[in-house]
Amino acid sequence: MTEFLQHLVNGLSVGTIYALIALGYTMVYGVLKLINFAHGDVYMVGAFSGLYLARGLGVDQSPSLFKALLVFFGSIVVCAALGVIIERFAYRPLRHQPRLTALITAIGVSFLLEYGFQLPPVTQGSVPFPPGPTPRFFPEPFPRVDYAPFGVHVSNYDMVSLAVAVGLMFLLQFIVYRTKFGTAMRAVSFDSSVAGLMGINVNRVISWTFALGSGLAAAAALLVAGSRPTINPLMGLMPGIKAFVAAVFGGIGNVPGAMVGGLVLGLAEEYVAGYALSSYRDGIAFAMLILVLLLRPAGLFGRVRAEKV
Amino acid sequence: MSEPILSIKDLQVNYGAIEALRGVSLEVPEKQVVALIGANGAGKTTTLRAVSRMLRPVAGSVRFQGEEITRLAPHEIVARGLAHAPEGRGIFLNLTVQENLELGAFLRKDAAGIAEDMEKFYGLFPILKERRHQVSGTLSGGEQQMLAVARALMSRPRLLLLDEPSLGLAPQVVERIFQVLRDISAQGVALLLVEQNAHKALQIAHRGYVLETGEVVMQGTGKELLASPEVRKAYLGE
Repeated sequence: MTEFLQHLVNGLSVGTIYALIALGYTMVYGVLKLINFAHGDVYMVGAFSGLYLARGLGVDQSPSLFKALLVFFGSIVVCAALGVIIERFAYRPLRHQPRLTALITAIGVSFLLEYGFQLPPVTQGSVPFPPGPTPRFFPEPFPRVDYAPFGVHVSNYDMVSLAVAVGLMFLLQFIVYRTKFGTAMRAVSFDSSVAGLMGINVNRVISWTFALGSGLAAAAALLVAGSRPTINPLMGLMPGIKAFVAAVFGGIGNVPGAMVGGLVLGLAEEYVAGYALSSYRDGIAFAMLILVLLLRPAGLFGRVRAEKV
Repeated sequence: MSEPILSIKDLQVNYGAIEALRGVSLEVPEKQVVALIGANGAGKTTTLRAVSRMLRPVAGSVRFQGEEITRLAPHEIVARGLAHAPEGRGIFLNLTVQENLELGAFLRKDAAGIAEDMEKFYGLFPILKERRHQVSGTLSGGEQQMLAVARALMSRPRLLLLDEPSLGLAPQVVERIFQVLRDISAQGVALLLVEQNAHKALQIAHRGYVLETGEVVMQGTGKELLASPEVRKAYLGE
């Protein structure tokens, strides 16, 4: 029983992270019909901007809650801006080109970030920029406390992470379904040219969608850094692919679907790896992807929509 | 005569190598109904789309209330008081009836006026009020058309472009829609109406234009066109 609960806690904490990243994939797909393969790397940039901010503010010497919040929101802003810039300069010029062109460009942007961050340093400091391939350690903004109710190990970092992730998902759900911007976003996702006829500035909606998705990726990166503090320029690869699977599982383009997909993937990894095949942990996402594509290609909540010609 | 609210000059649109419009010129006078008739593929829908900038003309000019709008973005054109209810109705089927209407008023800031207009259209089309919280994908074709007209009017336009409002609808519903169009026109909104149903369209139109393979081949008052032997033969099935 204890073991079961422990897996549940671990599964939920990793699942909420997948869910936050998956939301970025699914929202961008919703408005642009583009899989933004650079999204996992935006998550990596989120972790590094957190590290730079934390070092700049001296979180390792004198940690405080205020600084932690500053690092958290600062990284979200940095990544939101990065997302907007990527869309503006890499994807927008290709808006009217075949979709494959934009997809390949997304892979290019992904490589640019992954390997750009491994170039020899240009600036010096406690962490140079670019940081290079060496793994770095994320400072702890507040002391770690471990609890063990019913023998289940949970740290205060896990609890904060879970609470913040769930809070962000509710916030996003509110934005998408209860605000004027959210309605505009759903309209653009259904038919962007008709959305323009409503007076919606479609480019602005797309920019804000990238900002939201990338901001959530940064939040996810910082929540992870609390419990797994090693970061490196390739850290976005695996979470990026897994979150993509989560988004496809939930039905790409569907916001609640991405959340459920993330949680299901997190729990599935935890239980399968915990009880049966621990060395296959990273394979579970791919098994899930294959099964979804075979059995229900539109995903859990997706509906098959005939391509309009 | 005062300046027309919309004037289109030598508008040319290409789809790849195909010339869809080869220099269309037409005018919509203030507060009048202008019908654009012609066979499938004559360029009627393309004309509307080029005016609202759903697509980019290769040449020509579009002036709205005296202002050149040919290079503006679609949302900037809406802001100037030109609404377009597109071909196929363009309802956001993933949104509720009410959300669709709210989007029609996207650029307006007067919450009270928006609520008032919404009640007005709910009064006009009670079925929409009944279904306002339903996803609009569940509406029938006629209900969707009512929603499309109401939504376009939610922006309080001075000119409304309407693409085939009668397409695929039962005669009573068509009657209802055209009654509403007459009322809108009586309230001073100018209409540019694209219709396959040439008879109905010319009946309410002050002026009409006949398009053939991307060119205006005939124009006149609604009555003149209704009486013209060529129009009667080609478009009224006589």
